[in-house]
Amino acid sequence: MFKLLKYALYDIVKSRFALLYTLFMVLVAISIYQVSDDLGKVSLSLMNIMIMIVPLIAAVFATTHFFNNLEFIELMLAQPVKRIHVFLSQLLAVILMLSLALIVGFGLPMVLWGADSSLITLLVVGVVLSAVFAGFAFLASVYTRDKAKAIGISLSLWIYFSLVYDGLVLYIIYSFADYPLEKATLALMMLNPVDLGRVLMLMQLDISALMGYTGAFFQEFFSEFMGVTLAGGMLLLWVLLPAMLAMMKFKKRDF
Amino acid sequence: MISVKHISKKFGKLEVLKDFSLEFELGNSYAIMGPNGSGKTTLIKTVLGMVIPDQGEILVKGVSVKGNHQYRSLIGYMPQIGRYPANMKIGQLFSMMKDMRPEIKVYDTELVEQFELEGMKDKALGTLSGGTRQKVSAALAFLFNPDILILDEPTAGLDPIAVEILKKKIKKEREEGKLILITSHILSDLEELTNRAIYLFEGEVFFADTIESLKEITDEDRFSPAIARLMQWTLKKNTAKKSMSHV
Repeated sequence: MFKLLKYALYDIVKSRFALLYTLFMVLVAISIYQVSDDLGKVSLSLMNIMIMIVPLIAAVFATTHFFNNLEFIELMLAQPVKRIHVFLSQLLAVILMLSLALIVGFGLPMVLWGADSSLITLLVVGVVLSAVFAGFAFLASVYTRDKAKAIGISLSLWIYFSLVYDGLVLYIIYSFADYPLEKATLALMMLNPVDLGRVLMLMQLDISALMGYTGAFFQEFFSEFMGVTLAGGMLLLWVLLPAMLAMMKFKKRDF
Repeated sequence: MISVKHISKKFGKLEVLKDFSLEFELGNSYAIMGPNGSGKTTLIKTVLGMVIPDQGEILVKGVSVKGNHQYRSLIGYMPQIGRYPANMKIGQLFSMMKDMRPEIKVYDTELVEQFELEGMKDKALGTLSGGTRQKVSAALAFLFNPDILILDEPTAGLDPIAVEILKKKIKKEREEGKLILITSHILSDLEELTNRAIYLFEGEVFFADTIESLKEITDEDRFSPAIARLMQWTLKKNTAKKSMSHV
């Protein structure tokens, strides 16, 4: 397993994409650090960018990586190794590469110009979101035989969770404004990993005006520790669920 | 050594293998032939566990391949198109493969030497030509001195010198009493390298016996016309089927 991971990582880290992604993240972070000296504002801006870009890159990259490596995966499957290990090594390699690019990209300017706890949370949320969307991408990839279709599904999931879902939640809140909706919206938020990541971030930042309806209620409803634990637990579930489903399909898939 | 028992496999609506049974024994070299899409590669992939049959079972050395991965250390597989991670170097690929079979300590590097792959150790796999990649695949298949060799179109894309080297190696392994499965469309290669013929047609075994008996049945004394005769028979069978279905 670790041997497989070692070689999968070796290939992926050397790819041009890894370098470009890291470079892009560095540029984004540097430019935002230049704009403001207030770390709170910096981490808010970084969060807004990260929460859109990281899932998108993770979804697209993981899908293309899976299909570009299909022949290699086939080669591995002809060797005396377990299928699960082949799958996990590929998935972990993608997640590690995406995380590394993010940590180096955002971390470098942080080391130079300082960081606070909210920026550390930002990195953690970014890593978790990378893992969630890499999982989604692998799920889409193992269920389809066509690269274009798989990328389409991955992108749809990204659009759904990043854009459409918020619209739906707003619509529900607006339509049922006469009813007490606190708990319902809380439940709705749990069903979206991107929202969870955002709330985890915002709880650190202490800007309730920007937290929106759900976020404000979230903080009111839970103590900080409870809230973080709950959101973190849900996010972990979001990491594991797609990956597990994809792994189950991978075990039975024909190559 | 390998028993394929009543396996069937559907890809969607397409039945690729239909209630398929075959025996492969150690010491023999099998030519697997058939038109495109007759199920040759699917058969090989079910043996390797890459395609999972809908029904039936496959035994390698008496052990079912289902959910098993250890048996694959007995098999050297050369795929039709070997594609490898673009950024990995040839040397790394070889050490990775060695890493995956830690129990094997003695390597058969004859092909590595003859294909002069040692000198290209630091070349990235993504920059290799198709032929060189085939050489890498071939060298990997033979590297661990496996009892079973499965070669999917081994000579396609190789230059004439490399083809001769590879054929010589296959013959040598055959004399050592290994089980060899070869699919190819190049009949002269198959005639040279194998002693058993298996002809697949639309997912069924149309013929499976020694090459001598193939020649006897078809009344031909040479291999290629004998195969051509087999193909004609399958075509007749096909038209018979079609005319019946139009009734």
